Amino acid sequence: MPHDNHDHGALSPSGHPYRKDDDNELNYWQIMEIAVRELLIEKGHITAAQVHNQINAMDARSPANGAKVVAHAWSDPEFKSALLADAGQASRDMGFDIGPMHLIAIENTESVHNIVVCTLCSCYPRNLLGLPPDWYKSRAYRSRIVIEPRKVLSEFGVEIPQDVQIRVHDSTADMRYIILPAQPAQTMSLSEDELAYWVTRDSMIGVGLPQAPK
Amino acid sequence: MAEFFGKRWHDMGGDPAGDINHDQHDFALWEKRVDALMVLASSAGLMNTDSLRRVLEDMGEEAYETMTYYERWIASVSQNMVEAGAFSTAELAEKMAQVKTRGATYGDAT
Repeated sequence: MPHDNHDHGALSPSGHPYRKDDDNELNYWQIMEIAVRELLIEKGHITAAQVHNQINAMDARSPANGAKVVAHAWSDPEFKSALLADAGQASRDMGFDIGPMHLIAIENTESVHNIVVCTLCSCYPRNLLGLPPDWYKSRAYRSRIVIEPRKVLSEFGVEIPQDVQIRVHDSTADMRYIILPAQPAQTMSLSEDELAYWVTRDSMIGVGLPQAPK
Repeated sequence: MAEFFGKRWHDMGGDPAGDINHDQHDFALWEKRVDALMVLASSAGLMNTDSLRRVLEDMGEEAYETMTYYERWIASVSQNMVEAGAFSTAELAEKMAQVKTRGATYGDAT
């Protein structure tokens, strides 16, 4: 890629360092990806267009989709009941293409705060929220969240009152969770569209709380 | 916990561990392609989430500590494809050798 008018080490207009170009030396695993992909295409198992479309579909998924589901549940008690009964179907009914994913929504209340992990691997509601953050897949999160959830939450900047019970839900490939955060009291007069901006990715994993949009 | 009979390395809930690293990297094109290959090979009936995991878990703890997430995934997808008969190890080796000659970077070789 050509470089236009910037020095390495300088900051971008948004104030962040420029990201390094992705032009490191071709490595063994990248070679394997190219080889596997081309063999599967040559042998007729998949097509190049399918790879392209699948990447586009995954790129289009983001926590904003989950935020719309949560905001809808906050605004419509009937939908909230449907979501808690079958989150997968409720999400599909809102028009989200989440494939065959079995999704379970768990509601945070005044007495219980819920958190999601996958201690065995990296299961995550990826077909609704997009790919998981790196820390979600890390040994540190997977190991510690189940034995010292309050300490881990405090590292995420979240303090849950001692009289609120914490429940950690361990995902599996066949059962993935999304947290329905409690609606902040100061948002009761907002529209559904406005509410969606309060719903963060971390609040749907349970390591965050809804926040006023910046 | 570690001495509990039947508990394998990947079953890490409750194990002692250090600080959580909150750094996030943007997924590179080759990583997105690995993800797509897993999804499409599954749709084609050549593998599934369980077979992906079985190979990842058999790769062992050292692979988890030394390889990146999608490096481990392409190793597993590749092994699954050989087991499913989608291609042979000889065909894979030949293709990889050929890909390697195309250039110095992923962009050149892909």
